[in-house]
Amino acid sequence: MRGMNWGMTNFVAAGLMAAGLSLSVPAHAADDTIKVGVLHSLSGTMAISETTLKDTMLFLIDEQNKKGGLLGKKLEAVVVDPASDWPLFAEKARQLIAVDKVAAVFGCWTSVSRKSVLPVFEELNSLLFYPVQYEGEESQRNVFYTGAAPNQQAIPAVDYLMENEGVERWVLAGTDYVYPQTTNKILQAYLESKGVAKEDILVNYTPFGHSDWQTIVTDIKNFGSAGKKTAVVSTINGDANVPFYKELANQGIKAEDIPVVAFSVGEEELAGLDTGPLVGHLTAWNYFQSIDTPENAEFIAKWKEYTKNPNRVTNDPMEAHVIGFNMWVKAVEKAGTTDPDAVIDAIIGVSVPNLTGGYSTMMPNHHITKPVFIGEIQADGQMETVWQTSGLVVGDEWSDYLPDSKDLIADWRAPMSCGNFNVVTGKCGGKGTN
Amino acid sequence: MRMPRVIVLLAALLAAGLFAASADEDGLRRIIAKFADAKDFKATEAVARELAETGDPAVERVLLALADGNLFVRKGDGAVFVGKETGASVTLSDPLTGEKAGEAAKAEITKVKVNNGLRRLIRDLLGGLTLGSADPLTRGVAADTMFRTPDAANIEALDAAIARETVASVKARLEQARAASILVSDGSDEEKVVAIAVVEARGDRDALSLLTAVAARTEGAVREAAENAIAQVNGRLALWAAGQNVWYGISLGSVLLLAAIGLAITFGVMGVINMAHGEMVMLGAYTTYVVQSIIRTSFPGLFDWSLAFALPLAFLVAAAVGLAIERGIIRFLYGRPLETLLATWGVSLILQQSVRTLFGPTNREVGNPSWMSGGFDLGQMALTWNRFWIVLFALGVFAVLLYVMKRTPWGLQMRAVTANRRMAASMGIRTPWVDALTFALGSGIAGIAGVALSQIDNVSPNLGQGYIIDSFMVVVFGGVGNLWGTLVGAMSLGVLNKFLEPYAGAVLGKILVLVLIILFIQKRPRGLFALKGRAVEA
Repeated sequence: MRGMNWGMTNFVAAGLMAAGLSLSVPAHAADDTIKVGVLHSLSGTMAISETTLKDTMLFLIDEQNKKGGLLGKKLEAVVVDPASDWPLFAEKARQLIAVDKVAAVFGCWTSVSRKSVLPVFEELNSLLFYPVQYEGEESQRNVFYTGAAPNQQAIPAVDYLMENEGVERWVLAGTDYVYPQTTNKILQAYLESKGVAKEDILVNYTPFGHSDWQTIVTDIKNFGSAGKKTAVVSTINGDANVPFYKELANQGIKAEDIPVVAFSVGEEELAGLDTGPLVGHLTAWNYFQSIDTPENAEFIAKWKEYTKNPNRVTNDPMEAHVIGFNMWVKAVEKAGTTDPDAVIDAIIGVSVPNLTGGYSTMMPNHHITKPVFIGEIQADGQMETVWQTSGLVVGDEWSDYLPDSKDLIADWRAPMSCGNFNVVTGKCGGKGTN
Repeated sequence: MRMPRVIVLLAALLAAGLFAASADEDGLRRIIAKFADAKDFKATEAVARELAETGDPAVERVLLALADGNLFVRKGDGAVFVGKETGASVTLSDPLTGEKAGEAAKAEITKVKVNNGLRRLIRDLLGGLTLGSADPLTRGVAADTMFRTPDAANIEALDAAIARETVASVKARLEQARAASILVSDGSDEEKVVAIAVVEARGDRDALSLLTAVAARTEGAVREAAENAIAQVNGRLALWAAGQNVWYGISLGSVLLLAAIGLAITFGVMGVINMAHGEMVMLGAYTTYVVQSIIRTSFPGLFDWSLAFALPLAFLVAAAVGLAIERGIIRFLYGRPLETLLATWGVSLILQQSVRTLFGPTNREVGNPSWMSGGFDLGQMALTWNRFWIVLFALGVFAVLLYVMKRTPWGLQMRAVTANRRMAASMGIRTPWVDALTFALGSGIAGIAGVALSQIDNVSPNLGQGYIIDSFMVVVFGGVGNLWGTLVGAMSLGVLNKFLEPYAGAVLGKILVLVLIILFIQKRPRGLFALKGRAVEA
């Protein structure tokens, strides 16, 4: 039902865009500036999450300019609004690269929007920094994945529940699209490899924006009363989380009995929710606002000052943009040019401090190293870290737990330069088209 | 593990003549002070255990505060307090006596961290501690906790508690807890078979969970008895589950009814395809948000009444916007459905983006008043208060609207204009004003639907989009122009959806409902309750 609406919204949105209502900042004095594209939805259903990332990019560019810019030039943001419309993402990306001649693009949130712009970046040979946790199974020459791959979020979270909470029965609940489905496929294979029986796993999908959770929450409750400790692994995305958590709270499911670990719920999403009844439910991320490091404290203070809002929260995809942007800056300085080919070669191995007290490095598979944190939701909407990995985890683009991707690796250094090298056949080109 | 401690505890309690004055307040304070040095969960856990081992009921306050995340350490001197957050500061009180101990800014104190493991531990510890509480409710909860975490070591304590219990219902729960404890003990098979019968009589999900665990663990007669009991309990629960499904269906139906009933007037009665109907619902929800923010900052005591203030305001706001849309746009487009559709849809986009600009793209928090939070059990059915009240509210709105349409002069004029505009006009009815007011009424009803929906859905600029298609579906299915049709349509779609969902899943369930409606409309193009007469052809 939502789908239909979107279709119509998109149609009108496209019409408005065609009518010349594009939001791009006019370009002037092109010679002394380096342009950076920001491709995040500012309207439509994803605006809830993506608007903050646009603000983050403007903030980072502002900070960099205060430090004297890049290669002696000022940075200039070119902001476009793809309006939560997947095909429009591709159009806007093309406009950024071909018309505005940006040096790099920071953007996208949903996997479907990323898939939609991939061919454009390949064709026009530009750079995309993608800041959101995603399902993996991809590595593209022009894309840098600064969010978590499944092994940097989902699998550590499941390990935590198994070891620390003794969970034996699993509900995998997700929204019906590519990220939850692929993640759940990986998790199912992983759990089965750990000896969890098939009947102890319940997989459930719901549409985008689902609001009536009564039946599903009852199902979870019933599934959890089989005499074994049960947990819910939630890849429910966006708006649907609020009614889901409300129903959990109202039906009296407490975190002590059936904990829910969520991969798409951060500080930003909890801002619209009375978190009192949710205390103790878990989230898994690579960053929490509550993490107590000097870098983080400084970042939060500057961010609040920049947005002039003392209540603004920070979240994981924001940190991913911070890391990605700093890596790009460092790579451009190293290469001495913004030329995409030179930057692609220079950025591998670049290390920048993250906000949680360590360094993140760009690996040859275009994924980065990250620590993993498990947090419990607190009454004030913040997360309290209850567990963290001892070191950094390298993002694994091709899951080791899926039969058709376990033999694949990606390495974009010469001479291999391949996103899907099959180590068994010794040839580039396995699953997928990259 | 935990077991011997509970006995020690209870023995201590009994010996102390049940909650006579605590033995050693200084001793307790010394233990409580250790929370200040507990650097991790393990250390906190050790302190909590030590406290519970004193067996002193006075520790209940501090343990509860710890579980709720209300235990604080003052940074200056390391003193431990129970705190209650009020805005930027925290009101402190003594951890044992509860006496007020002043206020502190949030920066001056640190919270003693807890996690799920600690909360579980505290719940179990308190279960043992509160078994002898003077309040029968607390004793009942303690019995249920012991039922869920059965432990052979609890049997003696439970025997003692059963012997002195006077309230029959609590006694039954204590006996169930005792039976559960026997099932995990090394007792004889006969004992266990009797215990299984007691657990079976309880008949809920917890009992099923316990019996499943027992059946998996034991052999021979006990296993057989447990398996029989499981079959019995499952049979009973299946019946309850069917009842539960009907309730869910009615509850979903009432949400559909609320969203659609305003549309039943503007689309059903007036024939205007109003794509901005969902945005009226959204405006109602945002009105609730504004009312709640004002109440939160200025009159916190009135929070439970916030919806009562929001209802009339939401009606007025949405009705005023509706009136403006009708006067400004729709009245020029009567009889041109395609243009109306496009125009109102444009209005809906404008309204969405204005709200987004005004309130921001993120969800706004609308709280549930206390009487709409949580739920209650009816037999083995779990009903939640917010859904319960929404069902009643939807039926109430329906009744009022039906009264307005059928029994008031205005309703009569509305129906007259719908039936035959020219005839009505020649009888002296000012048809343009009737149109405007009817549209305003439909919009206003959508606004109060928004107040109700803000309690179960997100308050975001997209709120209305999720309901507009459903609303049209209900009105078309129920029969255009007929309020009763809308009621029956909403309820049957709700129940149908909920009965399909467990088998087909939420995604496929919705698709199936749509397919069924398409087939139904083929057969009966005018919906369930078609209007008859010449008006239909007009």
